[in-house]
Amino acid sequence: MNTLEIANLSKSFGGVRAVDAVTFAVRPGEFLALIGPNGAGKSTCFNMINGQLAPDSGSIRFADREIAGLPSRMIWQLGVGRTFQVAATFVSMTVVENVQLALLSHAGEIFRGWRPVARRHRERALELLGEVGMREAAERASRELAYGDIKRLEFAIALASAPKLLLMDEPTAGMAPRERTDLITLVKRLVVERGISVLFTEHSMDVVFAFADRIIVLARGKLIADGDAKAVRENALVQQVYFGTGKSFERKRELLP
Amino acid sequence: MITRVPLIALVAVAATALSASAFAQDTIKIGELNSYKSQPAFLEPYKHGIELAVDEINKSGGVLGKKLEVISRDDGGNPGDAVRVAEELVTREGVNILAGTFLSNVGLAVTEYAGKNKVFFLAAEPLTDKITWQNGNKYTYRLRSSTYMQVAMLMPDIVAAKKKRWALVYPNFEYGQSAVEAFKKLLKEKQPDAEIVTEQAPPLGKVDAGAVAQAIDDAKPDAIFNVLFGPDLAKFVREGNTRGTFQNRFVASLLSGEPEYIDPLRDEAPVGWLVTGYPWYAIATPEHKAFLDAYQARFHDYPRLGSVVGYVTIKSIAAGITKAGSTDTDKLIVAFENLKVDSPFGPFVYRASDHQATMGAYVGKTALKDGKPVMVEFKYVDGAAVLPPDDEVKKLRPAGG
Amino acid sequence: MTVQSLLFQAIDGLAAASGLFFVAAGLSLIFGVTRIVNIAHGSLYMLGTYVAATIALRFEGALGFWGGVILTAALIGLFGAVIEIVLLRRIYRAPELFQLLATFALVLIINDAALWIWGPEDLLGPRAPGLRGAIEVLGRRLPTYNVFLIVIGPLVLLILHLALAKTRFGRLVRAATQDREMVGALGVNQGLLFTSVFALGSLLAGLGGALQVAREPASLLTDLIVISDAFVVVVVGGMGSITGAYLAAVIIAEVKALCISIGTASIAGVAFNFSKLTLVAEFLVMAVVLIVRPHGLLGRRQTVMRSLAEPEEPLRPAPAALKAVGAGVVVALALTPLLARSQPYVLVLGIDVLLMVLFATSLHFIMGPGGMHSFGHAAYFGLGAYGAGLLVKWFAATMPFGLVAAPILALLGALLFGWFAVRLSGVYLAMLTLAFAQIVWSIATQWGELTGGSNGILGIWPSAPFDIRSAFFLLTAALTLLGVLLLRRLLFAPFGYAMRAGRDSQLRAEAIGIDVRRVHWIGFAIAGAVAGVAGGLFAFAKGSISPETIDVGRSIDALVMVLLGGIQTLTGPIVGASVFAVLQDTVMRQTEYWRALLGAIILALVLLFPAGIVGGLARLRLRLVRP
Repeated sequence: MNTLEIANLSKSFGGVRAVDAVTFAVRPGEFLALIGPNGAGKSTCFNMINGQLAPDSGSIRFADREIAGLPSRMIWQLGVGRTFQVAATFVSMTVVENVQLALLSHAGEIFRGWRPVARRHRERALELLGEVGMREAAERASRELAYGDIKRLEFAIALASAPKLLLMDEPTAGMAPRERTDLITLVKRLVVERGISVLFTEHSMDVVFAFADRIIVLARGKLIADGDAKAVRENALVQQVYFGTGKSFERKRELLP
Repeated sequence: MITRVPLIALVAVAATALSASAFAQDTIKIGELNSYKSQPAFLEPYKHGIELAVDEINKSGGVLGKKLEVISRDDGGNPGDAVRVAEELVTREGVNILAGTFLSNVGLAVTEYAGKNKVFFLAAEPLTDKITWQNGNKYTYRLRSSTYMQVAMLMPDIVAAKKKRWALVYPNFEYGQSAVEAFKKLLKEKQPDAEIVTEQAPPLGKVDAGAVAQAIDDAKPDAIFNVLFGPDLAKFVREGNTRGTFQNRFVASLLSGEPEYIDPLRDEAPVGWLVTGYPWYAIATPEHKAFLDAYQARFHDYPRLGSVVGYVTIKSIAAGITKAGSTDTDKLIVAFENLKVDSPFGPFVYRASDHQATMGAYVGKTALKDGKPVMVEFKYVDGAAVLPPDDEVKKLRPAGG
Repeated sequence: MTVQSLLFQAIDGLAAASGLFFVAAGLSLIFGVTRIVNIAHGSLYMLGTYVAATIALRFEGALGFWGGVILTAALIGLFGAVIEIVLLRRIYRAPELFQLLATFALVLIINDAALWIWGPEDLLGPRAPGLRGAIEVLGRRLPTYNVFLIVIGPLVLLILHLALAKTRFGRLVRAATQDREMVGALGVNQGLLFTSVFALGSLLAGLGGALQVAREPASLLTDLIVISDAFVVVVVGGMGSITGAYLAAVIIAEVKALCISIGTASIAGVAFNFSKLTLVAEFLVMAVVLIVRPHGLLGRRQTVMRSLAEPEEPLRPAPAALKAVGAGVVVALALTPLLARSQPYVLVLGIDVLLMVLFATSLHFIMGPGGMHSFGHAAYFGLGAYGAGLLVKWFAATMPFGLVAAPILALLGALLFGWFAVRLSGVYLAMLTLAFAQIVWSIATQWGELTGGSNGILGIWPSAPFDIRSAFFLLTAALTLLGVLLLRRLLFAPFGYAMRAGRDSQLRAEAIGIDVRRVHWIGFAIAGAVAGVAGGLFAFAKGSISPETIDVGRSIDALVMVLLGGIQTLTGPIVGASVFAVLQDTVMRQTEYWRALLGAIILALVLLFPAGIVGGLARLRLRLVRP
């Protein structure tokens, strides 16, 4: 059984079909990349899966349940974790508190009002921080973190709820090339260990081709390709959509800032 | 270090409390509180009146051989602050005589406080009937004529005008409501065939004057009973004049002859209204002449009604203490019963039955003289003449004493 | 009432609408661009009325009046620019809403300055030369000046609209209204933009005031009346929308005119005087509009406003020094009754200070950690006070029952109002809470049979053993301590963290499964209940309760106390409330112009401690520890 099944998903904004009858699936344990040029509908697609947008039509099934149109917090409760394109934390809290809060929410303890947070789920939070290499920074104010560390922290928060599926919106956006590889290596290792399926969007094609198990390509709201790195790279339609001609896109990509 | 501040604050309170508690034995202290900041138009002249009275008394040897000292406080214009200020005067300044207040609800709250804490209180200005009747208590007296009395003073002329269709306009708070209540009651008694054709109750200080004047005009009344005062009155008069609301209509208006409310209108002041007020320029009695001269000599300004109220408040207390021979609260209460006081308006008494002073007011017609508003054809109506008799008052005063 | 009279009132109402529009438009512009909640806007209007009346009386005739109107507008605009440059510019980087404190201080100072310059009596200016008469419309007389106002309102709207649409300045204003950070990115001199917008807004307030001279006297009472009307209009119209402001002004003026022209009507056999509704009509309109259209009639959703100030420090458990100070305060409170004989007033003032501490702490609970800036917290204080008072009045209950009823009624009110309020954010939430508070206030004022009307309820005294002042003090101290510690405990617990998470980022809080609205709703209700305890105690401390005690002034006091102490710290509201209450008491005694003095002290504190007193001290300490 697939972790996530998308069927005929559509969404229009003022007459423009941002996502047009898209169908695909995320298999268990898969590291699936969703790519496409700007305006292809990646974010819209993502936001429908994570509950920020309600689809016009189509279905989104997760763990044998229809989740289309549910609020994001309920989708999260069912086991769909998420990271954001622009990483940020709860700025008024320390690093470890950020993780503790996610653990508290997962344990259904949000409305508890007596025992302090400091004494709840701390060990587990530190453990998670250790796994993303942030244990040393546990007591720092999260607003002081460097951007790369914020990304790591956000990943630790996403892992706190032990999700079955992780949605990562451009996990390496805004990072230097070296950091990118480090982070995505870490992510891949941890999700494989836990058997978490991942659906991610990404601009950096070297990341995509080096790490994704499978790639699906969106253009103007439609799904135009689905396959492994080699198949997608050689797909004429994809090349045309990206550059109009058949030039390799890695090289072009590197020219961009 | 962070939370040292509240401690400092507490220490500061304690220190100021200590420094102020030393007081001289050869003075009699009166605690006075009023809404100086929220009602300055009435209360600045009022304060002058107090100063004048204190000076006169102290120059002629004081009371019981001691000098009179008035400690004035702003009551914040609300009952909560007023009660704290009253407590401050009593506990920190050590006074056992309170006086003052302007707004009816503040006056009532202090009345309540005085009754509970057994402190003598002379309510100077608040007009609500409740201070001496429903909520009256043993410890509280009131100087100014109540709303009921003010309305009753106008009643003979109102009945004589024989108007059938009445429009009412009043600010929607205690003073306006109780004035209208008294008006309706008295009108029904004296002129049962009269009807009320419209009733406008705009919020205090926020009258939508054009709309209100128009609505009254639309109701086609024969007569208007007005209780608006202050800025509300000015707006209402200006709009009414432009729209012809007052043309060929009989208008009876409470307090509108008081200089603090009518003088700002200058040449636009209404003409021919039946009002209660204070025609300081034309009262020929010797006692008023003396007051007027002293006041003008000292402040280079003419007195307002507030000046008289402030002046007589202090004179009353001095007379009470002299009669009691002491500042002891219980003796003072007894001394105030049927206490006779000489005022610029002539002598009056504090009634034993309801603790209401019989100081009256002037009733007359408004007019313009050299572009300035004046009262003409006025007469002084003694408060005693319009107050209900003692046995009726007994029923109105459940907690009396 | 006839159709004609209704129609005439409707036409007449447009004149009132123009007056409302001028003040509201300026306020809206200022808020839109600078995000300053300018409470002093009504004071600028009031200055406009005084200045214009003075000029018109000094120089009679058409030139004196009309020239005076223009000169006044220019002068008030200039004055606004000075305020912006000298004062507000220094505190733009302070935590959100802090500028409100500065403008609050200005209200106090300007009012006393006007008293000093023009004296206590109202100043009635002349009528407008050339527009003294009336014209015949529908068989009634419509003042020609009203015709002028009916025309000038839309005219100014048109001019402003064109200026915003067609000029570079206008484009910058619109850009800044939508996203303040964008302006910085456009390379614009932000200081100049803010100054000129503040000057323009002030000019409009001055113009509005000057034009009213022909209709009403200049009076010291207008500042607060006008500011509350203007806020309502701005919010109903939509923040930053000039056209919306005009539309809202028309709606509100028309609703009021309608209430007045209906007068007393019989509904289902019960006579009801609609003219009394004018007290609350605007707030009812505002509540309905905000519930149906959360961003006002023509407003747009505001971009999330990132505060220019630094985010707050993470919560840390109290260090040993703070604990020691806390213990010291508790011991001091317990010993205070020893002063009952020698210094009884310490107890009197102490009770007031403690109640304000509890009240301010409850507001801080939702305002700081919850990010919900309630401008109507007095509602729950009032519900508590009336809850206690009504029980005493109608059921002759004793104090224990009253003190149980207080938080329950406040809780119910907070649950009801909070349910709507947490659906909004930012200034719209602030204004909806204000509307609810005004509705509570007007019910207390109007429903005389139940609440005693403007007199309130008298005779609410504590029962034995608390009828002795020192016992009541100890009770107050105990309940205040309990309330403060309870709220603090909640903030360190998961619930408090969830509330802060929802404030830091609603999106991210939802993404980890936190139901932010529900968390904030419950937080709102808890804060309401605690404020209710303070209100209940207040009623028993004073022996009476009346509508003034719960009016908008008390809500503003609470805001001032929280901001004064420092919104980003937990001890802030305690210190802020203590300082403010003691200061007010001391200042009220010391001087005739106590309001100006209080304002000056607040201004000094604002400039000295732009993060509040505790925030400022904490920063100072940090700087000393880590050079």
